[in-house]
Amino acid sequence: MVHEDNERLLNGYFDGELDLIRSVEFEEHLRTCPDCARQFHDQQAIRQRLREANLYERAPQSLRARIRAQLPREAQSKPAVKPRSPALEWLAIAAAIVIAVVLGTRVIIPNIRGHEQTNLLSQEIVASHIRSLQPGHLFDVQSTDQHTVKPWFDGKLDFAPPVVDLADHGFPLVGGRLDYLENRTVAVLVYGRKLHVINLFIWPASQESISPVPVETVQGYNVLSWKKNGFQFRAVSDLNVDELREFVRLATP
Amino acid sequence: MQDETGGRSEAGGFEELILPHLNAAYNLARWLVRDRHDAEDIVQEAYLRAFKFFGSYQGGDSRAWVLKIVRNTSYSFLEKNRPAELAEQFDETLHTTDTRQPDAETALLQSVESRMLREALEELPVNFREVLVLRELEGLSYKEIAAVMELPIGTVMSGLARGRAQLRERLMRAGYQEEQRGPRR
Repeated sequence: MVHEDNERLLNGYFDGELDLIRSVEFEEHLRTCPDCARQFHDQQAIRQRLREANLYERAPQSLRARIRAQLPREAQSKPAVKPRSPALEWLAIAAAIVIAVVLGTRVIIPNIRGHEQTNLLSQEIVASHIRSLQPGHLFDVQSTDQHTVKPWFDGKLDFAPPVVDLADHGFPLVGGRLDYLENRTVAVLVYGRKLHVINLFIWPASQESISPVPVETVQGYNVLSWKKNGFQFRAVSDLNVDELREFVRLATP
Repeated sequence: MQDETGGRSEAGGFEELILPHLNAAYNLARWLVRDRHDAEDIVQEAYLRAFKFFGSYQGGDSRAWVLKIVRNTSYSFLEKNRPAELAEQFDETLHTTDTRQPDAETALLQSVESRMLREALEELPVNFREVLVLRELEGLSYKEIAAVMELPIGTVMSGLARGRAQLRERLMRAGYQEEQRGPRR
């Protein structure tokens, strides 16, 4: 039986983690202790077999693609925005200056930032959509009944999101959950369309809400944005834009 | 161009520093949860977290940094979904019974089949499996393992000692049973 202290040292020696003095001492010990020597040979045999057995699990290509797809564009090697020609860039700046002079800077700066913010928001929404597709992340309340889903939001939000069931139109309501966007808690309704999932984000529109880009494609997902009845809506799905448009038309008649 | 978001240059670093460790991340998660699909979900979630917290990455060993997030995500998953698997921890004592001739044992280990090796490793309690995977498959140093598992180096060393002893015992048992059954096919 190998003494516990020696067993630790044996492993340290085996892994080349002992300092020189201790290594020399332990080599000495190995020569005189048959138990330790045997243990050492056994571990060598196991390590040899572990190396031959090809046990390392490499990430599948699909996972690599999934992860790349969910990262914001800045993290990817491909330039996200097509490089514009310097001339156009200058023209834009020149135009901006002219407009700024006309309208005053207070108006123009939020607008320039606005586009970027919309874009960031869409990316955030797509990331949230992708997260929601992982097992157990899709809903907090699972129900096909709008009269169950709507009350579920009571007390969890400072607004009452409009909940409609569109099962008759081929967009069954599957459930709802809370999410967090733009520094506030928002409602998310989950709808199905055949095998596709649609996440519908809803939150109250505020005065300073930027008017959104109506259709965007982020990492292969379509994001439709609109404002209606004092709410901001974002529908995100891998569903094609036409069917998603139909959904939008039905969801907020 | 000015960098107004503050995260842009860091995000570029993420691509170079963290993405290359995807195989290491997957290997660890796969061995911890022993399921391909769960491992994929965990790695995806861990990468999302890594991206979020990349701002707090202080430089240094980026592999250890991302593996730490992967292991924490894996353990949270196990805690939530399979708490029983976390029952056995490092301080468990081990009873080895050596009854066979030393040379025969070593010979048995030398010829153990890859399938049995995989099974034996998979059956180890999760902590021992983890420390062995990080050391033997990932090739991390004690210091790196200590960083990933957030343990003192001495605990890593004893963990490896115990993990290896358990693996050896399981392989013996499996090899012995195989022998009893006679040559396969």
